Amino acid sequence: MTIAEIQEEIVEEFSIFDDWMDKYEHIIESGKELDSISDALKTNTNLVKGCQSQVWLHAEMDGENLILQAGSDAIITKGLVSLMVRTLSGHTPKEILSAQLSFVDEIGLKEHLSPTRSNGLVSMIKKIKLYALTYSVKANG
Amino acid sequence: MLAEEKEMIDIKTVRKDFPILSREVYGKPLVYFDNAASSQKPSKVIDAISHYYEYEHSNIHRGVHHLSAEATEKHEESRKTIQGFINAKYSHEIIFTKGTTDSINLVAYSFGNKFINGGDEVIVSSLEHHSNIVPWQMMCEARGAKLKVIPINDAGELLLDEYRNLLSIKTKIVAIGHVSNALGTINPVKEIIAEAKKKSIPVLLDGAQAIPHLAVDVQELDCDFYAFSAHKIFGPTGVGILYGKENLLNTIPPYQGGGDMIETVTFEQTTYNELPHKFEAGTPNMAGVIGLKAAIDYVNEVGINNIDIAEHQLLEYATEQISVIKGIRLIGTAKEKASVLSFLVNDIHPYDIGTILDRMGIAVRTGHHCAEPLMNRLSIPGTVRASFAFYNTKEEVDVFINALKKAISMLS
Repeated sequence: MTIAEIQEEIVEEFSIFDDWMDKYEHIIESGKELDSISDALKTNTNLVKGCQSQVWLHAEMDGENLILQAGSDAIITKGLVSLMVRTLSGHTPKEILSAQLSFVDEIGLKEHLSPTRSNGLVSMIKKIKLYALTYSVKANG
Repeated sequence: MLAEEKEMIDIKTVRKDFPILSREVYGKPLVYFDNAASSQKPSKVIDAISHYYEYEHSNIHRGVHHLSAEATEKHEESRKTIQGFINAKYSHEIIFTKGTTDSINLVAYSFGNKFINGGDEVIVSSLEHHSNIVPWQMMCEARGAKLKVIPINDAGELLLDEYRNLLSIKTKIVAIGHVSNALGTINPVKEIIAEAKKKSIPVLLDGAQAIPHLAVDVQELDCDFYAFSAHKIFGPTGVGILYGKENLLNTIPPYQGGGDMIETVTFEQTTYNELPHKFEAGTPNMAGVIGLKAAIDYVNEVGINNIDIAEHQLLEYATEQISVIKGIRLIGTAKEKASVLSFLVNDIHPYDIGTILDRMGIAVRTGHHCAEPLMNRLSIPGTVRASFAFYNTKEEVDVFINALKKAISMLS
């Protein structure tokens, strides 16, 4: 599936919830289901500093695709992180770089992507794009 | 609870004084429990600021025209109101600043330059907000001095015996929060000051969290400096107060140079203006100063003691209600507390609880509350903090408790 298709799938998944509480419960469940990033990867280099919840992000290439592993100490952040990983992991750096992450807005959780929220999510996306940029430069170089 | 019998504040009337309290968040009535971060503003404050800009604004001091004279008069009236509110001996002991942080930086810089040298010591406590740590740290680094820290017990109370042991001939100043922002502990400041006075050591109190809750009498306390912010006591942001004893303020050098703080300026030498202007360089926040006067007048109308009683009842009620929830761990259980309920639930991250409560219209604060050394001492990453003002109600506490139970069930 392309990044756009995965986002459509997520939006559809969330469309059955008409109430915010169900949406959040679904996010929390997604967080619980995310394969925990191993403690060995919870390094300072992999730490994305939010003011309050912390996010760890590890990226490595598998063939042409960038594989992401991530986690957070807060479960709602972890749920959102899991949706990001599901959307972006396993795609080429070029695809990741050009991806428009519209799903967060479409499922009505825009406030979590505001830079004023200190949950580390915005910094995490920046970091993913930076990894993608680094690897695409390497691939082209 | 004896809340109803003893209530001296007409809560319905009082709530109408604060327009923001009737708004909704996510379609739910706002429950504002983030008062320790910043309090809401009554119409009288908002109106005073609008009126100032609509009818009275002009630059103050040395103006030849009517408007300037009037604005100056208003500005100085505000100083007198604040003098009365904290019972300072003279109105020129009241310095207008940008806020508590600015006030503390002023003292750290000016007092430090005058009195602190290599090998000297400054005492703070484990409870301090970063703004009563970092300015002293910066000054100590610049002057080659050392920061000494009064430890606390697990309830969040200062260990006074340890404090006495820290006081020495090297101690040049003691800087202590009157009330802890993260835990709500009311520190025994009278005793702390009395101990320092035995050795003639000056004391600064960070009053940011005390001023909206407790009656403060700087002469009775005998503190040398008292710092607070207008926005915590229902006034506007961007204005604060530094109270200082006349002789000390006269002794320490100015903090910032500029207009208004001078007597005469030549390129060879500048002489400084007298108090309070010596410490008020540049055009001040006149609208803020006038708004602060309106806020203090309002608090005087309601009565600071009535406020204290109402908030104490709210805190007691909320503490009772929250304590029976399974998995709750209260952070900060000092005997003397003001308006702050800090807690954790099992191993749930404070940010998650705050996010769910927010969706239910309840504003609390989560995180380290700008007191990282305190969080490290308690071995926790942060807390959820509900902080009350007299305009909050028991019904709001009930809404909060129910929402918290819901959040816990979602997050467990």
